[in-house]
Amino acid sequence: MTITMERPPGRSAAPPPPGRRRPLRSRRDNLAGYLFLSPWLLGFFLIIGGPMVASLYLSFTDYSVLGTPEWAGTDNYERMLTDDPRFWASLTVTLTYLLASVPLVQVFALFLASLLNRGIGGLTFYRAVFYVPSLIGGSVAIAILWRFLFEGDGLLNNALGSVGVDTSHSWIGTPDTALGTLVVLNVWQFGAAMIIYLAGLRQIPAELYESASVDGAGRARRYWSITLPLLSPVIFFNVLMNTVGAFQAFNTAYIVSNGTGGPADSTLFYTLYLYQRGFVDFEMGYASALGWALLVLVAAAAAGLFALSRRVVFYGDER
Amino acid sequence: MTTHTFTARRGRKAGPPRATNPRQFLRHLTLIALGVVMFYPLAWMLGASLRDDGAIADPGVWPGDGFTVDGYVEGWRGVSGVAFGRFMLNSFLVAALCVVANLIACSLAAYAFARVDFRLRRLWFALMIGTLMLPHHVILIPQYMMFRELGWIDTYLPFVVPKLLATDAFFVFLLVQFFRAIPRELDDAARLDGCGHLGIFFRVILPLAKPALATTAIFTFIYSWNDFFTPLIYLTDPDLYTVPLALRSFIDTTSSSAFGALFAMSVVSLLPVLGVFIAFQRLLVEGIATTGLRG
Repeated sequence: MTITMERPPGRSAAPPPPGRRRPLRSRRDNLAGYLFLSPWLLGFFLIIGGPMVASLYLSFTDYSVLGTPEWAGTDNYERMLTDDPRFWASLTVTLTYLLASVPLVQVFALFLASLLNRGIGGLTFYRAVFYVPSLIGGSVAIAILWRFLFEGDGLLNNALGSVGVDTSHSWIGTPDTALGTLVVLNVWQFGAAMIIYLAGLRQIPAELYESASVDGAGRARRYWSITLPLLSPVIFFNVLMNTVGAFQAFNTAYIVSNGTGGPADSTLFYTLYLYQRGFVDFEMGYASALGWALLVLVAAAAAGLFALSRRVVFYGDER
Repeated sequence: MTTHTFTARRGRKAGPPRATNPRQFLRHLTLIALGVVMFYPLAWMLGASLRDDGAIADPGVWPGDGFTVDGYVEGWRGVSGVAFGRFMLNSFLVAALCVVANLIACSLAAYAFARVDFRLRRLWFALMIGTLMLPHHVILIPQYMMFRELGWIDTYLPFVVPKLLATDAFFVFLLVQFFRAIPRELDDAARLDGCGHLGIFFRVILPLAKPALATTAIFTFIYSWNDFFTPLIYLTDPDLYTVPLALRSFIDTTSSSAFGALFAMSVVSLLPVLGVFIAFQRLLVEGIATTGLRG
């Protein structure tokens, strides 16, 4: 440092003094940084940002694939809110699905993670078994299986019949129960959340439990006062991710209902409705408006969860 | 070689002390019972795929008397005059391209974010994080129009090009986290040996980041293999169909008597994902635990 101080600042072309290497290097870093980042930058502007702006514009137009977009002001949004029962139906289906399955997934995942956490034999095996459904649950193959599981002469009713409960109720073909089968399918995939909970549970120091036991806290008390508060950031994370995911559920509803969202729109997920408007009816302007409405909904849900987290999530004293 | 992001988790077993034996037994019983209930449908599908179509409604798991591999033979013939093997090859091709594209593009971007000090880095990083939870549907329509305009319908470009441009922010984020955990002293040492950023990237960061790269590859493969929506809107030519789309057309063309073939090909379609899971179980589990990826 002293050496740099003694040298006059300035114009010698000779090897730059150590203190001045920083700006030079920084220019090189600038170039390198942007070169490394260039694919992402292109993607950000061409694949994400540009289309986002374009879809905002399209959402204010009337546009079928064949014609050109015609400015329609807020028509699409007005129609959505005041004159489109199927929009409300799809919103109801998605929210019902979300509110039913996200908490259930957490309950199952947390329960299983707690069972597996206390030094149980065969942990790797159990973990694998419960995780497999998460891996394949979104596939078309499993959606096909689900259809056969819950049809009137499907597996469930046959299994029920063999234990003496005779029913030909088509779980998937009846509006009241169709969505329920998809909730079950989502809950069936609790394994990924379970693994995240397991990792979270392992971070909780054993001493806390020991000293609580010494103080006379029972199992339930320890769970309520130690496990849940210390795990709350992980719970929040899982709820957030599962919520964002639930808004975008598509595959199973499509396969189970043959792309219709039936029976009686009871499995008309929001994304399925958007798909129908855009790629079946070719109402690209309206579909874009639905896309932006979804963005607003997801953002609102995330903001709501973050606000809630500030009240209930425990981040420890040191953070 | 694993860096400490991964090893830290296996530090020491925390949690309450071991329970007593009857409790232990009860826990195993609960776990096994639940496991059986969860796996019953899968086992049944496997059984049904090996069964005569007449006995398809049988709730039993074992194929029994009606045992036949006709479903596999019939299903492998494919649909719309295209063999099922072709669909599998298409799916493998798309998945492989996506994996390569993601590995290249996401690691390049992650290196810039984690290791290079350039202007506006914080801004770009914040924007990248912002795209993490962006619902794909908000960009769907213009993207579709753009790709259609470019003549990319019935090509695999709509699958691969977005990945080549690092739009899978989750993997960029995962790699950034991992790269940051690699000690900077290694960069400095490499720099003294005359390495520039490219040298550091290829000789220091990438070799040390193998676990994270493997996680990226595995999850990209699985997502891509299961992807139904992209082929649904971009592929119309049956010759190009990937497996999920082929299964959809199977349903449409399946008469009420050919369930064996439908189930057989459903089982076949699950095998690559299950294979990947069995081969890379540890990496998968760690990948989820550290990043919250869903699988």
